[in-house]
Amino acid sequence: MSRFVLKRLAGAALVLLALSVLVYTLFYLAPGDPARLACGERCNPQQIAQVREQLGLNDSMLVQYLHFLQGVFAGRDYSTGTSLVHCDAPCLGLSYQSDRQVTQLVLERLPATASLTLGAMVVWLVIGVGTGLLSALRRGGPTERLLTLLTLAGTGTPVFILGLLLLMAVCAYLQWLPFPSYVPLGEDPEQWAWNMLLPWLTLGFFESAKYARLTRSSTLETLAEDHIRTFRAYGVGERSVVTRHALRGAVPPVIAVSAVDLGSMFGGAVLTESLFGIPGLGKTLIDGVKAIDLPVVVGVVMVTGTFVVLANVVADLLYAAADRRVVLT
Amino acid sequence: MTPIVEVTDLTVEFARSGDPVRAVDSLSFTLDEGRALALVGESGSGKSTVAGALLGLHRGTGARVGGTVRVGGIDVGTAGPGELRRLRGGVAAMVFQDPLSALDPYYAVGDQIAEVYRVHAGGSRRAARARAVEVLDRVGIPDAARRSRSRPHEFSGGMRQRALLAMALACEPRLIVADEPTTALDVTVQAQILDLLHELRRETGTALLLVTHDVGVAAESVDEVLVMRDGREVERGPVGRVLGAPAESYTRRLLAAVPRLDGPVREPLEKGAPLLEVRDLRRVFGRGSKAVTAVEGASLTLHAGETLGVVGESGSGKTTLGRMLVRLLDPTGGRLLYGGEEIGALSERELRPYRRELQMVFQDPVASLNPRRSVGESVADPLRVAGERDETRLRGRVRELLDRVGLDPDRYEAYPHEFSGGQRQRVGIARALAAEPRIVVCDEPVSALDVTTQAQVTALLAELQAELGLGLVFIAHDLAVVRQVSDRVAVMRAGRIVEQGTVAEVYGTPRDPYTRQLLAAVPSIDPVRATERRELRREGHQELAVA
Repeated sequence: MSRFVLKRLAGAALVLLALSVLVYTLFYLAPGDPARLACGERCNPQQIAQVREQLGLNDSMLVQYLHFLQGVFAGRDYSTGTSLVHCDAPCLGLSYQSDRQVTQLVLERLPATASLTLGAMVVWLVIGVGTGLLSALRRGGPTERLLTLLTLAGTGTPVFILGLLLLMAVCAYLQWLPFPSYVPLGEDPEQWAWNMLLPWLTLGFFESAKYARLTRSSTLETLAEDHIRTFRAYGVGERSVVTRHALRGAVPPVIAVSAVDLGSMFGGAVLTESLFGIPGLGKTLIDGVKAIDLPVVVGVVMVTGTFVVLANVVADLLYAAADRRVVLT
Repeated sequence: MTPIVEVTDLTVEFARSGDPVRAVDSLSFTLDEGRALALVGESGSGKSTVAGALLGLHRGTGARVGGTVRVGGIDVGTAGPGELRRLRGGVAAMVFQDPLSALDPYYAVGDQIAEVYRVHAGGSRRAARARAVEVLDRVGIPDAARRSRSRPHEFSGGMRQRALLAMALACEPRLIVADEPTTALDVTVQAQILDLLHELRRETGTALLLVTHDVGVAAESVDEVLVMRDGREVERGPVGRVLGAPAESYTRRLLAAVPRLDGPVREPLEKGAPLLEVRDLRRVFGRGSKAVTAVEGASLTLHAGETLGVVGESGSGKTTLGRMLVRLLDPTGGRLLYGGEEIGALSERELRPYRRELQMVFQDPVASLNPRRSVGESVADPLRVAGERDETRLRGRVRELLDRVGLDPDRYEAYPHEFSGGQRQRVGIARALAAEPRIVVCDEPVSALDVTTQAQVTALLAELQAELGLGLVFIAHDLAVVRQVSDRVAVMRAGRIVEQGTVAEVYGTPRDPYTRQLLAAVPSIDPVRATERRELRREGHQELAVA
């Protein structure tokens, strides 16, 4: 198994390298002048040229990319015009906009994203798996038809519509909750939870539609298998058959998909974060793209990529742990 | 004696897109305590449906069940949920066919048996586990306490079947319903399981209802036989009478189609020129520490007009050998001479001219035909590959081939699912013949077919061979079929050919102990002889145990 992990990690490193090349290439193909945006609206051409020189934008694309790699593996120094800043490895660069180190920026924003994603996962697992299981068991009945309708509606409703509706209903109309604003967990856990409640529900509801469908189909698949017939033929009660045997077979795919989803959302659930003003990675990414702030974009993409790739490895390990017939090679 | 099973006028109908299919049609029979009855019939005769009805397994499936079924005094049709649960496993226990899929892959074998035991006997988890280990030990699982913690995929096929028997035994039922309990097993393992079942019944006095398509398996195991066809009873009576002196013509046809170790063999024929000569053929899968040698040092010769049978149990390397003969697999070592020329190491390009002369017929006629192509197109494929472009000529040739294998040429446009298993295998044969081959390797060509269909397909192969002078390689696990169709036989075990010779030599005076062991395990359809042979096997077993 350790061989499997090593092999997969080596593969992951290659994927990330390719990803960074891709982002750099896209960036140079895209129109717009980062120096002008970094300098501000009232800059004259000389000032802009100065900024461009400072940001290293006059170097060729290859040189800039090699500098980036140097930063990641060895760290590098930046001049901000007046002073010299040292940025330790792994250095993802300095933001064009704020001169801040991207590595720090990402670390600052990560907790908000993590709070959102982990909380939402609890919601989607409980609601999604529950709904899926129920509709598998009530197959053909009115309950299933209703649940199928809800699930389809859930899949079809964009997350920002769902979020807006929830905001309007809960905060504006019913006034059960104040409009959410992010409070870090370390500052005030209670306020953190209350303020995260709506974002959790929004993202969780949205995702749970997918999990309901997944759980339903894998439960039905398991229920049709021969070993279920064995236990029924031995007088094992229907409840045990479902909870012990059918659900057990339905769990591995849910685990695998959850791990991958979690990984990609760690890179920012962009829409949900924007909607609720959560200062997470998704919002950072959007701001970075708008300002053509290459180091920020690359930084967030690399972090997201790392989480996605690692989540895939974890998903495979969990799957193999849940289903012992799987051999990792 | 009181009957444990009383079935009166049982009718089972399945709703299938509009008009219902009647799987069982007014069937009546009784089975006394401690006795054994076999339901024998070909696929689709309704025998498994009857087995399911004994445990009320059709409830909630949409099937319509008429008539009455009483098992151990419980009316299965009207029993409440509690009573039904007591019946299932407590009074009558079912042993299913495919032992891999019949157990939950996620739980340890011992836990699954314990779970079933607790449903009926209650008690603590610990006591249930102890009982599971006890019954696993009873069915001959070595080191039962440790192996009870294994999951089903860590067991061999035979051990899984033993585990299913253990599950059935756990609650000491009065009736065991066994649905094709040995169909997925090798012949030596089948003999072990049948002997075990016999012994267990002698010990516990449990009644047995055995569902099987294999007359030999029935002859070995039961007192009475009920022959079924299309959901109805054809004939019922003591096993010796029904199999020895059948009253009905269907039973006679069925028995005549069963290949037997004492049945007729082929006329010895004049050997043609050697077509294929194989020397020390070898195949290794995987590399390094994970390398598995599937075939080692195989040498054989195939002549024109001759059938070479290759027998062996699963995993013996017979399919790997067969695929190498037509170069579907590349040999790792050794020589493969076709018409005197070495073709074992030719590149795909150099092999092109030989391809059409080396053809294969596969086991599973369902999986080896493309379900999205009409059968005519499937048969036309080799012709197109050979360069035929003229559509009229192509169609004409395909119709000729379909006609030759006994299919209606007008069904050119029909799709594989519209054909029966035997007909599909005929399509497979037509496809192999399309390229006008000189050698055809048939890999288990009849093992998925009913005996009557099996007989038709083997007869067709023999006829085509005589007509076209084909060299046939007939790979099968069924020793009786191989004996019936072959001129010479090679016996394989663990990748090696352990014995090779004419049918008379190998079956008459087998030299290798493994061949003798295989032959001793083949069920006999004569119940008297079956009992004798069981005794012989027991003694053989004891000899082995002493050594």
